[in-house]
Amino acid sequence: MPTISSPPELRQASPMTDPTSTSAATQPAGPHRYARRARHWSALLWVAPAFATYAAFVLYPMFQSVQYSFYHWDGIGPATPAGLDNWKAIFTQPELLHSVAHAFVLIIFYTVLPVGLGLVAAALIRELRPGPFNTTARVMLFIPQVLPLVAAGIAWTWMYSSDGLVNQVLRAVGLDQHTRAWLGDFTFALPAVGVIGVWVMLGFCTVLLLAGIGKIDPSLYEAARIDGAGRISEFLAVTLPGLRRELVVCTTFTMIAALASFDIIQISTQGGPGYQTMVPGVQIYRLTFLQQHVGQASALAVFLAALVLVVIWPIQRLGREK
Amino acid sequence: MTTSAIADRLTRTGILLALMLFAIVPLLSMLTTALAAPGSTPQGLSWPSDPHWHNFVDAWSAANFLALFRSSTLIVIGVVPATVAMATAAGYALAQLTVPFGNAIYGLLLVGLTLPVEALITPLYYNLRAMGLLGTRLAIVLPLIGLLMPFGVFWMRAHFLGAEPALTEAAKVDGANNWQTFRRIHLPLATSAWSALSVLFFLATWNQYLLPLVLVDDPAKRTVAGGLGAFQGQYGTDIVLLCAGSLLIILPSLVIFLIFQRNFVKALLQGAVK
Repeated sequence: MPTISSPPELRQASPMTDPTSTSAATQPAGPHRYARRARHWSALLWVAPAFATYAAFVLYPMFQSVQYSFYHWDGIGPATPAGLDNWKAIFTQPELLHSVAHAFVLIIFYTVLPVGLGLVAAALIRELRPGPFNTTARVMLFIPQVLPLVAAGIAWTWMYSSDGLVNQVLRAVGLDQHTRAWLGDFTFALPAVGVIGVWVMLGFCTVLLLAGIGKIDPSLYEAARIDGAGRISEFLAVTLPGLRRELVVCTTFTMIAALASFDIIQISTQGGPGYQTMVPGVQIYRLTFLQQHVGQASALAVFLAALVLVVIWPIQRLGREK
Repeated sequence: MTTSAIADRLTRTGILLALMLFAIVPLLSMLTTALAAPGSTPQGLSWPSDPHWHNFVDAWSAANFLALFRSSTLIVIGVVPATVAMATAAGYALAQLTVPFGNAIYGLLLVGLTLPVEALITPLYYNLRAMGLLGTRLAIVLPLIGLLMPFGVFWMRAHFLGAEPALTEAAKVDGANNWQTFRRIHLPLATSAWSALSVLFFLATWNQYLLPLVLVDDPAKRTVAGGLGAFQGQYGTDIVLLCAGSLLIILPSLVIFLIFQRNFVKALLQGAVK
């Protein structure tokens, strides 16, 4: 660290050295060490405001969630100890267990598809010459990412409705018997909600991966071409390994969004029909604010937070290895 | 060019165009719907013979947009400068100074990067109720500052880690203290980092939905996304008005993005991959 490592000789050697600081630097060990420690503790002041707000509005509530999870509480009356009831319910009550399972299904739509399609799109855009079409492609693909998820939910709710565009297209190509109210359909509601996730996440992944490709040494591509590599083997041997860090960021970001999804589902289906699209985020909201099962909501909340950590951890490790 | 090369090129352009269409079509569908006759239920995508631009005026007053934008702006003013300032200071200290327990503090902040809002919303509600803040904009502003902080510190620390150590040394030699080194040397050099962070935080605040939904009943005191949610609840059946209103609401985010598009994406990439 600079404060510790800068040798006093260096300071004295400089012709521009401020005389007061020189005398401080050359003082005997006692006061010098005292001054250094004072400076050292004062560094905490820089961090204090950030950490205090974080502790008050994130760490402390998280701790409270853990606490609440061991009680039965309706939010008004006295809380009664619940032991592990709320925790057991997560694994035994089908609607809670299913909500967790749905979150994992959403990973296919929020992570796997956007990263896969993003790789394709990025590889395609890379081969375009810089120009208006190139820029248009980037900007257009990225637009869904900057809109509120609420707007994404509203736009797609309309797309999926009986009169919406999806059914309009199906009718236009003569597939009338396949039209339906997609979000009200027991089989198709979850994938339909998932496609909204693809829509939102695709641009983010594309732009990030594209920038990663831009940083890959062009001579690697040249070498691959000289070795007679086709587009596929070039992709596997050069592009994919070169994108490791970007892939880790994309995967992490989109997986958190999948496991902790709320906005899109609350707007488009509210977890229905039945519990077909229920996810932990919406379930927590309903348990606390509609059903007043604060303890149960908190257990699910802590479980969700832990789940995200457990899923993200190995991916981050993967990114840190050489 | 051989025929196969042309076919190859056409396929590639075709795939790209399909993806672009996928990205833009829901918004186009909203636009044509927003222009249909008021109260009607048009087809998903059909340009109306006589576009009813007046629908936007109706939606403007129906959703009380002026109040909504004013409210969102106040919330952004409450959240963004404070969070960016605190995150910049903390990021600088963690990267350039010897902070006691610095690793532990940074570790705890990193955990916050993955914590979903839903995991905190229940205690936040009861805490803010106890503080008497429920229903006020502060109920959105304060938790949001805490929630955005981990990312802000992570982002700024990454920037300051990349700062040239010789600059700090030179400032020390000139007798500058920590504050002067930061203020005169490192802060000006960090302009691109904290301005990009500000744009990201603007979007995160503007688009925040769960906090306003739970903590503030009055849509006129919410963020834009929270107000949009309420608007959908109220006019969900009037699809023309809903589409017009939604488009109005997403317009500022869209404009901000298109203006800052270049720096935005560039900065996003710098920060995200560090």
